[in-house]
Amino acid sequence: MDKNLSPYFTHLKCRECGRKYPKEAVHVCDFDFGPLEATYDYDAVRATLTRKVIEARPESMWRYRELLPIDGEPTVGTQVGFTPLVKADRLAQRLGVRELYIKNDTVNYPTLSFKDRVVSVALSRAREMGFKVVACASTGNLANSVAANAASAGLKSYVLIPADLEQGKVLGSLVYGTNVIGIHGAYDQVNRLCSEIAGKYGWGFVNVNLRPYYAEGSKSMGFEIAEQLGWKLPCHTVVPMASGSLLTKISKSYKEFQLLGLIDANQRYAIHGAQAAGCAPISGAFKRGTDIVKPVQKPDTIAKSLAIGTPADGYYAIHAMRLTGGAAEDCTDEEIVEGIRLLAESEGIFAETAGGVTVACARKLIETGKISADESTVLCITGNGLKTQEAIIGKCGEPRLIKPSLREFEELIAREVTAEAAA
Amino acid sequence: MRKLTNDQEVVQAAGANIGELIDDLEKAFPGIKERLCDQDGNVRRFVNIFINDEDIRFMEDKATAVKAGDEVSIVPAIAGG
Repeated sequence: MDKNLSPYFTHLKCRECGRKYPKEAVHVCDFDFGPLEATYDYDAVRATLTRKVIEARPESMWRYRELLPIDGEPTVGTQVGFTPLVKADRLAQRLGVRELYIKNDTVNYPTLSFKDRVVSVALSRAREMGFKVVACASTGNLANSVAANAASAGLKSYVLIPADLEQGKVLGSLVYGTNVIGIHGAYDQVNRLCSEIAGKYGWGFVNVNLRPYYAEGSKSMGFEIAEQLGWKLPCHTVVPMASGSLLTKISKSYKEFQLLGLIDANQRYAIHGAQAAGCAPISGAFKRGTDIVKPVQKPDTIAKSLAIGTPADGYYAIHAMRLTGGAAEDCTDEEIVEGIRLLAESEGIFAETAGGVTVACARKLIETGKISADESTVLCITGNGLKTQEAIIGKCGEPRLIKPSLREFEELIAREVTAEAAA
Repeated sequence: MRKLTNDQEVVQAAGANIGELIDDLEKAFPGIKERLCDQDGNVRRFVNIFINDEDIRFMEDKATAVKAGDEVSIVPAIAGG
């Protein structure tokens, strides 16, 4: 056996029919076009990966490397992950629950979203495979991450995005010197174009031909949650859904840790999905009691990062929610903004619109009893609020403007103290 | 997908709707139908079919009408973000 090959990550496998594939840049089953998924020799992993081994490693997502699909050492994004798990007592009180945590990927390194996790894996693997150009289709955060990580790795990159994304997300790609291509269309059209391009050029599209590697990076968020809670799972996890991939991989991460004996295999847990009402194909199907996801032709929501009308992991996300006893919810644009503000005001965490979606939907899940008030809950907050400022402009008040005069300042404060007393 | 059509990227086919089109393709490329459709004859979960750039799932799925000169694309489904 080639000593450079990972003995843990063994092959790719079709999620539909189970056909096996080699560890190459293939993402689709030849037979039924099902997605391919990375598969591991869990017996080999169990023999090596213990709590002590993990705890002794540096604080990054790569402390779980046996469960991530590369052969050698990671070469891109070695410091990604291990973001704070914040105990959110003030938000818990506002939502009427006893024990609440925020998994805070708003501060993930280097591009302030959970996408650095998937890109770290995809580009490390792309390097192993000899790719010189990497690319992606993106609703914003993925483009930022590919652009930044490709720059740091000396790889040429192309990122394809809908032309009308938030300024922070566009600049947050351009600045790294990547080639940004803005498509006059919705994300689903960008996606379709990329699947056609990937077939023709020899580029490593992280979420097309490298997707089986890319997707596994999301598991690290779930691994970290379990470890940071003290090697146990929360009773409830709320995850925002665009393609549905993150939710399915968090589900896989919890299952893997149980399989490996790292956490109690008998612990019950529910995984819930959150979408914006203006683009809720997965939530809609779940609520109708079906697993046939009807695409949303014209997504219309301020949560542009979640605006995927045709979510390829929708079917699997629905099954993960059903199997774990979770539920799907969705929320209005007004509720998204309220969610952003509530999280910021109660816990000092400024999330992008997807974070607002997660908080707003968690509130609904609590109000409808899908999340019990006395059971531990983790909210996955996936990206930083500075990237979607447009969503809250004019919604958080304005600075009070005065001249540089002590008298004017004191009058201002006096007015406010009086107003506060009256309220 | 091109392995199914002897590496041809573009092929000709005929039919009044998508379902008939697939049956016609099966005559030229035996075995293609079971790759594109499940046992019930419905297009597989991970196959996207576009007719003149419109996704047939927004139309009538395999009953979507096809006329002469239409451009039909068959592409595996992917997603990301």
